[in-house]
Amino acid sequence: MVSSLSLENITHAFDGEIAVDDVSLRVDRGEVVCLVGPSGCGKSTTLRIAAGLEEVQRGRVVINDRVVGDDGHHVPPELRGVGLVFQDYALFPHLRVLENVAFGLADDRPGRERRAVAREMLDRVGLGHLVEAFPHTLSGGEQQRVALARALAPKPSLMLMDEPFSGLDIGLRDRIRDDTLSLLKELGTATLLVTHNPEEAMRMADRIALMRDGRLVQEGPPDRVYSYPNGPFCCTFFSHVNELEGVVESKSVKTPFGALDARGLAEGSTVNVLVRPEAIHLGDAAPSGSGPQDTVSTTATVVESRVLGPYSLVYLRTEPEGPVFEARLSGTRPPESGSQCRITLDPSQTFVFPAVSS
Amino acid sequence: MTTVGDTIRTALTPASRRFRLNRWGLFALLAAGMVAVPVLVVFSFVFVPATDVWHHLASTVLTRYVVNTLWLVGGVSIATLITGVGAAWLVTMCRFPGRRVFEWALLLPMAVPAYAVAYTYAGMLDFAGPVQTFLRDLFGWSRHDYWFPEVRSLGGAFMMLGLVTYPYVYMLTRAAFLEQSVCVLEVSRTLGRGPWNCFLRVALPLARPAIATGLALVLMETLSDFGTVQHFAVDTFTTGIFRTWFGLGDPAAAAQLAAILMVFVFAVLFMERWSRCAARYHHTTTRYRPLPGYQLRSWRALLAASFCLAPILFGFLLPAGVLLVWAIETSDTIFTRDFVNLAWHTVLLAGSAAIIAVAIAVILAYGNRMGGSRLTTIGSRIASIGYAVPGSVIAVGVLLPFAWIDNSVDAWMYDTFGISTGLLLSGTIVALLFAYLVRFLAISFNTVEASLAKVTPNMDSAARTLGARPLKTLLSVHAPMMWGSLLTAGLLVFVDVMKELPATLIMRPFDFNTLAVRTYELASDEQLAEAAGPALAIVMVGIIPVVLLSAAIARTRPGQPPA
Repeated sequence: MVSSLSLENITHAFDGEIAVDDVSLRVDRGEVVCLVGPSGCGKSTTLRIAAGLEEVQRGRVVINDRVVGDDGHHVPPELRGVGLVFQDYALFPHLRVLENVAFGLADDRPGRERRAVAREMLDRVGLGHLVEAFPHTLSGGEQQRVALARALAPKPSLMLMDEPFSGLDIGLRDRIRDDTLSLLKELGTATLLVTHNPEEAMRMADRIALMRDGRLVQEGPPDRVYSYPNGPFCCTFFSHVNELEGVVESKSVKTPFGALDARGLAEGSTVNVLVRPEAIHLGDAAPSGSGPQDTVSTTATVVESRVLGPYSLVYLRTEPEGPVFEARLSGTRPPESGSQCRITLDPSQTFVFPAVSS
Repeated sequence: MTTVGDTIRTALTPASRRFRLNRWGLFALLAAGMVAVPVLVVFSFVFVPATDVWHHLASTVLTRYVVNTLWLVGGVSIATLITGVGAAWLVTMCRFPGRRVFEWALLLPMAVPAYAVAYTYAGMLDFAGPVQTFLRDLFGWSRHDYWFPEVRSLGGAFMMLGLVTYPYVYMLTRAAFLEQSVCVLEVSRTLGRGPWNCFLRVALPLARPAIATGLALVLMETLSDFGTVQHFAVDTFTTGIFRTWFGLGDPAAAAQLAAILMVFVFAVLFMERWSRCAARYHHTTTRYRPLPGYQLRSWRALLAASFCLAPILFGFLLPAGVLLVWAIETSDTIFTRDFVNLAWHTVLLAGSAAIIAVAIAVILAYGNRMGGSRLTTIGSRIASIGYAVPGSVIAVGVLLPFAWIDNSVDAWMYDTFGISTGLLLSGTIVALLFAYLVRFLAISFNTVEASLAKVTPNMDSAARTLGARPLKTLLSVHAPMMWGSLLTAGLLVFVDVMKELPATLIMRPFDFNTLAVRTYELASDEQLAEAAGPALAIVMVGIIPVVLLSAAIARTRPGQPPA
């Protein structure tokens, strides 16, 4: 597989503050990679370095097997052949929609041809009827699609998107996201998409790269990153969790839910136990007596429950005055508060990590 | 651990990156050098041995220059502070008849050059003028029967300067009042403070940095004024420089006088900086509500209206009216070939200066935006202080090196080829345009920079990734978006060049007259009525940017529908 973009050991600082720390990342042809992380983690800087908007300070940027940036060598953004879409779209306010889209088409092509290409791209994003409009007359979703068409019109082999959907209303966002993804897939454009929204990354990405404090924390297909987080940060970034602390004793750790497997962790060390709300399954209060020995289960009291539509949240306590846990159930009939129930833990959604020494 | 981090940090920000000299940086340096040259030249003459003329000046008039300058500075400060701040408070916070008109009309006196106001008052209040003639006719007095204030005096000079410069204080103070959160004022009302107390204890201290900036602009105008003090025979540095240069023919002494004047200028600049740094207030609330509008009635309303009307009447309506009457009386001198020539010269000079100033400003501002190199930033900062340098100082500082270059080239050409090249730079339009750029580049730069800052940097990034080089980005993205501001910047420079007197007077090519110079010449010959035609032309063009300005500040209040 040939990579469209390859960032190699990129390190970048602003005024002595390190923003990107030894990041290496590939985007293969036709692949959509989502760079996620909390704000200020350096993901936007990484994107700007790939675009050539920031000069490489240390490391190497390769686009389509051509080195476009390393120490002392900098190919300016206009010669990289990349498409870029911003959160604020940055449409040129003085140009009509068609002129905006045609802006990036080479000047040596005849005007008619440029307009035809631009028009075709606008048709593809479903805005063929708005070619003569000025950007300020368009809705947010339309502006986003113009920005997408403008970036795609020159047929870049690499597309860079910086929070391209966060300016949109939630209802509109899902649809535009799907449309954008299918268009990118159809054109086979390699895409690096920066977002702070984990759900968006899960939804769009072939591969997710998670960043924190300038470093790449974990990388892989969305399901793998979600199911096999390599640390508490990755686990909490993608979902809400119940957090517990425990100590490893004879290869397991005691929790209010029962003993959890802690093989591979040092005896006597403190560990963090992270339990996703959907890992807690509710059953009848009657002790089942002879359940399978390897499931972790206990009885609990419902403190409060709330129907959130597609699913319900149930707050539970395993002992009086003990910590409250959050469980997430499908359906709209959660147990009433005060009722007793039996809870079983799904080990695939429960994680034990060595405690972060503070 | 820390050593590794430190090594990386130093390695990542090499000095070459910060002070990299690309084309934009080089240009900024050139522009900065251009502006700095006159001031440096003037100061370099401090080290030139004093001439006889200097000793003569020092023993006779120097003390008078200093004393007069201090009186002028003090008088103009008090006059503009009372008028400017008072009017700003009244029109922003109070409601009384005519407020809406006063709001913009208070800016009108800016359109009139101080010397033109001076000429009209001199003409009106002279012994032979209409006012005294009327009094004599009415009471049957003759020459020695009565006392009448002499307008051609120090007092007269600061009245004139105050009348045309208070709008700077007014404009900036008003903007500051508008930005103040009304909530702050309302809280102080609920804490038991009356409106008057609010003004003194809350609004005024909050507006102080803006007032200081306005006052600094006023004082720069005052220090650089030549026409008024010359006509009123008040000896100051500007008239002294002129007389030493032309009358006594001693450029070195003129430059030394200019250096002392620059000390006053730097004192003003320093005062402004200091007062702004010492008190930088940030409003903690972002809530804006319609302004309170203390409703004034009966005699209070009348008083407020009179307070606002007076500066407009005496600073604009009366002088402009008198100019108009005079111009009509002498209309046969206006519609002549000579007048057309004057107008053409003026438009030529002001137009070229405006275009060049805007072009340089665009390159400087854009270089700043792109480069981020510290050199570019420093360069453009230096380039923008030229506005503080009085025209007569610039004239001396430009002519001296230009004359030296001319003489050197001429001597070399004569020695080598036997050809005399004469004056190539000094005494040409080139020298004059250079002086204008030094003085007015700051105006165009500030306007362009402010407008460029409003364009999101993502526009640049978008254009660049779409294949546009920096120059194409500038021409096809920024320039069209900033078109209005570029025109405004050009217009401001145009009007300022049109009004400019001392540098033009000293540097203009032989027999090359402008409207301002002709106004001055006729007024010096006491042909005040004849001077009205060219003066009126200057005022009429000068009104355009004032109108634009008043429209712009009407829009500055957040959360308030445009008036």
